[in-house]
Amino acid sequence: MSDLFWILLSAMVVNNFTLALFLGLCPFMGVSSRVDTALRMGLANVFVLVLTSLSAWTLNTFVLPYAPYLRLISFIVVIASLVQIVEMAVKKLSPALFRQLGIFLPLITTNCAILGLAIFQTNRGYGLFEGLFFAVGAGLGLTLALVLMASIRESTELSDVPEVTRGTGLVLIIAGTLSLAFMGFAGLLSAA
Amino acid sequence: MKATTPSQDLLRGVWRENPVLVQMLGLCPALAVTNTVENSLAMGIATFFVLLGSSLLVALLKRFIPNEIRISAYILIIATFVTIADMGLEALVPDVHKALGAFIALIVVNCMILGRQEAFASKRSVVRSLLDAIGSGTGFVIALFLMGAFREIVGMGSFLGIPLFGDGYEPWVVMILPPGGFLTLGTLLIGLSWFQRRRKEAADGGTAKNGAVQEGSVA
Amino acid sequence: MSAATSPPNAPTNAPENVQARPEVSSWRLVATLALAGALSGLMLVSVHQWTQPAIQAHKAEVLRTAVLEVLGGPETYETLYVIDGALTATVPDGTDVRTLEAVYAGVGPDGALDGFAVPAARPGFQDVVSLIFGYDAATGTLRGMKVLGNKETPGLGDRIEKDTAFTAQFDGTAVPLIGVKPGRGSGADGEIDTITGATISSRTVIVAINEALDRVRPLLDAYVNAREAEAAR
Repeated sequence: MSDLFWILLSAMVVNNFTLALFLGLCPFMGVSSRVDTALRMGLANVFVLVLTSLSAWTLNTFVLPYAPYLRLISFIVVIASLVQIVEMAVKKLSPALFRQLGIFLPLITTNCAILGLAIFQTNRGYGLFEGLFFAVGAGLGLTLALVLMASIRESTELSDVPEVTRGTGLVLIIAGTLSLAFMGFAGLLSAA
Repeated sequence: MKATTPSQDLLRGVWRENPVLVQMLGLCPALAVTNTVENSLAMGIATFFVLLGSSLLVALLKRFIPNEIRISAYILIIATFVTIADMGLEALVPDVHKALGAFIALIVVNCMILGRQEAFASKRSVVRSLLDAIGSGTGFVIALFLMGAFREIVGMGSFLGIPLFGDGYEPWVVMILPPGGFLTLGTLLIGLSWFQRRRKEAADGGTAKNGAVQEGSVA
Repeated sequence: MSAATSPPNAPTNAPENVQARPEVSSWRLVATLALAGALSGLMLVSVHQWTQPAIQAHKAEVLRTAVLEVLGGPETYETLYVIDGALTATVPDGTDVRTLEAVYAGVGPDGALDGFAVPAARPGFQDVVSLIFGYDAATGTLRGMKVLGNKETPGLGDRIEKDTAFTAQFDGTAVPLIGVKPGRGSGADGEIDTITGATISSRTVIVAINEALDRVRPLLDAYVNAREAEAAR
């Protein structure tokens, strides 16, 4: 199995960003009550993660070898600005696409998953293509977790759960169960 | 904003408006690094340091920061302190730094810290801002400690690395793995919500006075 | 409180948005941010200068301990880099050594080569397992193995790092390694008993070592021959 494929699948299911690494919890808790919203949120995330991976790679290659202590600050500034610019571009060029995905962009600019991806990519020393596969895998993993969560929450809306558990407590218990299920993917990718 | 006394500023964040357990802020670190007491405390203290430093600077500099760029300036200040905490931890306690990994850098996006700057330090005096930061920071440490203690005791049968039970104890390993984080926090929140409901019912049943007890109830 | 359903997502509306508003002259905004940036940069540089020696010293110490542990004998070692398919102790000027693959050659008291420590990594049960192992090119046997980083299941998979009964097996074993279930081995050289309940993690270690050796053994042999030829002259 090629390394790139391993990176993609590992980030998507085995070490799922939300369910195993707890990144991107804000949208996971906030925007997971309807399946179609969750799906669009997830796809917007894929897009921003890919942009992030490109920015982080550029910074890591050309800027940060000279000033390693500026890593965190430059990641934040560059990613936030880039997403802002792309948001304006999408708004101008394709209003339809903007209505579908664009409205989520400001929401996710600085969520943990975005910065987390940049930092993990740096710590693991990923190159350009490894980083891109990592970003797509992480984004698809987020989408998967969001959509699964949303479809479960749509059902619990109508079911008779005890009053005290309504709200975040219940969401966390469901997330724990999903996370348990995802642990079953461990070992999937070890060819040993 | 309502006028508050200094002791209210200090105590509010500790429990009644606990950042994690009541306001649901900073969930990411609260779930990710609370698998042992040691990691929880390290993360709690690092966050406390960043919050205190940022609140101090924001309160000191608030007159010089134009309103239009305040959020950017806060982020810059927070990121600076996080980088300092990151380098400091790596130099002083490398093993803890390795265990926490990327999550130290992720303190930057802990909503709680930015929230305190925007809601408090940007409007109030330096002393009050420090009191508020100490209170919220302590609340954060307490929440992380509760999670870490429960997860380590149940999941490893130890506390701060010291074995508590005999060899016969089969650790409930899943509690120190990711699902355990979700399940522990979920159970904790449901427990708190149940407890508050009980208190509220008792208060309603007894005297007609019911104060701010229901305020903390979960969404 | 409804905070739970709409957590304030760490809000940085990037500066562009806000700066477009003309109340305060925009050059003042830019100047303030630039000043703040310069100040924070200054703070970070000084903290960096202050902490860096301790951080570097610790990293070097961790590496040294691991290398000497798996070499099991020599007390000094040289770092060799893989450049153009050969091992060399000197790198061309301007090369970032962090991007190069390295192996560590043990050096005995008389200056003779005494084993190699080779780093290896491979995807395990959960995530990448990284390790370092000692290899004796003269006898074709291992000297030792130490897991440097793993995220395997606590209590099961992480025994590849913590269980000395498992790690001790690598000392003196011939390569290539063969993983066998405990008690099922034929007694052949190169057999490693896997850990019950953590077969995948154990096999990850075994395969990682075999793969790494397949790759670097020609380089190691060539380096040893070159050193001997030089000594004979």
